[in-house]
Amino acid sequence: RRRMEEPLEMPPGEESKPCSFSGELPADPSLQVEISDAVSERDKVKFTVQTKSSLPHFTRPALSVVRQHEDFVWLHDTFSENDEYAGIIIPPAPPRPDFEASREKLQRLGEGNSTLTREEFAKIKQELEGEYLAIFKKTVAMHEVFLQRLAAHPILRRDHNFHVFLEYNQDLSVRGKNRKELLGGFFRNIVKSADEALITGVSGLKEVDEFFEHERTFLLEYHTRVRDTCLKADRVMRSHKSLAEDYIPIAVALGSLGTQEVQQLQMSFLKLAELFERLRKLEGRVASDEDLKLSDLLKYYMRDSQAAKDLLYRRLRALADYENANKALDKARMKNKEVKSAETHQQLCCQRFERLSTSAKQAWAELTDFKSRRISAFRKNLVELAELELKHAKASSLLLRNTLIVLKGDV
Amino acid sequence: QSSPSSPEPASLPAEDISTSSNGPKPAEIILDDDREDLFAEATEEVSLDSPERDPILSSDPSPAITPVTPTTLVTPRMESKSVTAPVIFDRSREEIEEEANGDLFDIEINVSDPEKVGDGMNAYMAYRVTTKTSLSMFHQNEFSVKRRFSDFLGLHSKLATKYLHVGYIVPPAPEKSIVGMTKVKVGKEDSSSTEFVEKRRAALERYLQRTVKHPILLQDPDLRQFLESSEVFKIFFFNPAARAGILRMVNKAADAVNKMTIKMNESDAWFEEKQQQFENLDQQLRKLHASVEALVCHRKELSANTAAFAKSAAMLGNSEDHTALSRALSQLAEVEEKIDQLHQEQAFADFYVFSELLGDYIRLIAAVKGVLDHRMKCWQKWQDAQVTLQKKREAEAKLQLANKPDKLQQAKDEIKEWETKVQQGERDFEQISKTIRKEVSRFEKERVKDFKTVIIKYLESLVQTQQQLIKYWEAFLPEAKAIA
Repeated sequence: RRRMEEPLEMPPGEESKPCSFSGELPADPSLQVEISDAVSERDKVKFTVQTKSSLPHFTRPALSVVRQHEDFVWLHDTFSENDEYAGIIIPPAPPRPDFEASREKLQRLGEGNSTLTREEFAKIKQELEGEYLAIFKKTVAMHEVFLQRLAAHPILRRDHNFHVFLEYNQDLSVRGKNRKELLGGFFRNIVKSADEALITGVSGLKEVDEFFEHERTFLLEYHTRVRDTCLKADRVMRSHKSLAEDYIPIAVALGSLGTQEVQQLQMSFLKLAELFERLRKLEGRVASDEDLKLSDLLKYYMRDSQAAKDLLYRRLRALADYENANKALDKARMKNKEVKSAETHQQLCCQRFERLSTSAKQAWAELTDFKSRRISAFRKNLVELAELELKHAKASSLLLRNTLIVLKGDV
Repeated sequence: QSSPSSPEPASLPAEDISTSSNGPKPAEIILDDDREDLFAEATEEVSLDSPERDPILSSDPSPAITPVTPTTLVTPRMESKSVTAPVIFDRSREEIEEEANGDLFDIEINVSDPEKVGDGMNAYMAYRVTTKTSLSMFHQNEFSVKRRFSDFLGLHSKLATKYLHVGYIVPPAPEKSIVGMTKVKVGKEDSSSTEFVEKRRAALERYLQRTVKHPILLQDPDLRQFLESSEVFKIFFFNPAARAGILRMVNKAADAVNKMTIKMNESDAWFEEKQQQFENLDQQLRKLHASVEALVCHRKELSANTAAFAKSAAMLGNSEDHTALSRALSQLAEVEEKIDQLHQEQAFADFYVFSELLGDYIRLIAAVKGVLDHRMKCWQKWQDAQVTLQKKREAEAKLQLANKPDKLQQAKDEIKEWETKVQQGERDFEQISKTIRKEVSRFEKERVKDFKTVIIKYLESLVQTQQQLIKYWEAFLPEAKAIA
């Protein structure tokens, strides 16, 4: 149990690879951001964010700060709440690091019952620790790609809060906002259903532009589908994992049979034990490759398509607000009541709406970019998935055939 | 497809069956072997509780088989029987062994075509038992009959009664399952009841195949009648109470032995070694069996999840507006659907090839342990006879001194009686020991062969799955690359 609570560090020398889901991010030396190190403590993860930049916004060409997950969420929210960026697809915030399930499993193993042999225990522990490490690596990658997308975006990279995030070497003390954030999240969910009503067209409001209208209908369905496929892919991956885990007690039982059996069967059982041990590793790799190339890909595009939906929502919201403001103004003028405030409000909504219209071109570019990123990410990952599945199947097949040759020769 | 025919009553018809209605065939069998109505006594008189009472076996040569009506079977017969090993063993053991090396294995049994007969709780499944053989003991080279599950249990009961207590390892019959069978009776035509029926069919087939592989059991007339007689299997009237008694005798020999706390002076280390060996093997196999059952379960889950994913991926492909990506996703969905099929087939192999073998052997080893325990009981009986003989001798000596001539004669007679019993006890013990040695050796040979065959078959199923996976992914790869 002690071991689990020790801070888990990134294996030295291993840089987290750029996440392949966001497509090819341009290698831009003027602003390079990466997470060079990460430490997992009991209930939080500390990321070391390193920046190399030749941009004038920073005081030094090389920066290093330590950030936690909440800081990333704060940064994301400042973007999504900023009217300036209404026409931009804000890169989705990375998911909260979640070691709960993995930690629980390790704990259960530690306290566990004695039905496991020492061999089984060691193997299961190895599996679970590997799982823990994999989750850790993934969360680092997700946080990193979020920053890298911001750095790559021509507009967002210039944001002041982004620079503060990258440079300010004190605590950003956004944790105090946790409660507010929670409440904010709560309200956000209530508001969300209103959003959904707008965006699903229930309110009767339609986009003025054909392109955006088409995107709206497309994204609605796409997001729902990709979310479902993501869920199902996750289940497949978990089943593969269970299978790999099942091979452990089988290999162990075969091994002890091998040592105890009559002479004529010893070799068969020992060979089988060896086989299952290696099949377990292969099956485990199938599971983790499906996780990385399929589950994670789908998860990412679930979030990204939500971000794209948010963009369209903001447009519709602005349009709705503008129309309502106009109606309110007319009403106020008719009743000659609170005309001034109605006028101010209408002005604001008009401005926001106009801004959106001018950023329509930006939004168009964003959505087109979203599509091309998606296509190339799917292509890359599906090809890699197929290649890896082939590799593992060939390895399994070879292993099995070799074992068969030996066993058939023994008859 | 189960077609309910006119329901055959679960119990036998109460009609009077005369010898002639059995047809010439059974009669012909009788001429070869004269053990036909061993069954009749055995089912009734099996002692249910007291371990001291030996399993009743009539060795009196009996006349042509008297077909019995249910009523006759139910009333217990009160004649006392003396217990000796069935004559068949003395008669032609050498002949049997010779034949064992000949064309003994030229017999193939198939169990097929499960058919539901009747409705509701009285319904049952009838299975077709087909035999293909060139052995001369059978009347034809190929023949088939219809049997129901309880008939198989009845067959096993008879064989167990006759052969277990003299040291033969009688293969155990498949287990009953109230839950499984109820679902079938109630008419649930879902996949779980089809699976249950298939599982049972396969188990019955394996059971018969193992039984006919046994050189002694193959000679048994009851077995032959089971395979050949085209009559509704009236002979094997299945008396659940008697069956329960037999099972108790068969399975709980160990308990009885423990209760008697036999401290057997094991002069023969071989038996002690074997006892230990089978105990260990039993434990190991149980562990392995449990793990394989978990594997089967998870593979079925994987199959279901793969199918769900395939459907979802197809829908995602439909909603994707980029043509090439849309097509690739649809192809992915198709691949996953095919992979689901693979998983199902593999789970099938996991279960029927690997898991069921382990289950069978766990039960077979129980039979081996039972036979070893019978030997202990036999030894105990011999020892008890010696003790009694000693007592009788002491009693006689006392009477000699007391000078009571009439009682003395009785005492001398009793001594003679018990001397015979002691001799018989020693002979029986030596016989059962000898038989068990041979049986265990035969059993182990079979077991080694069985395991090796099954392991290879199972690995071949795994190879097959991987080869298919390679095919599917190789076909998909260009589709993924074509996304532009």
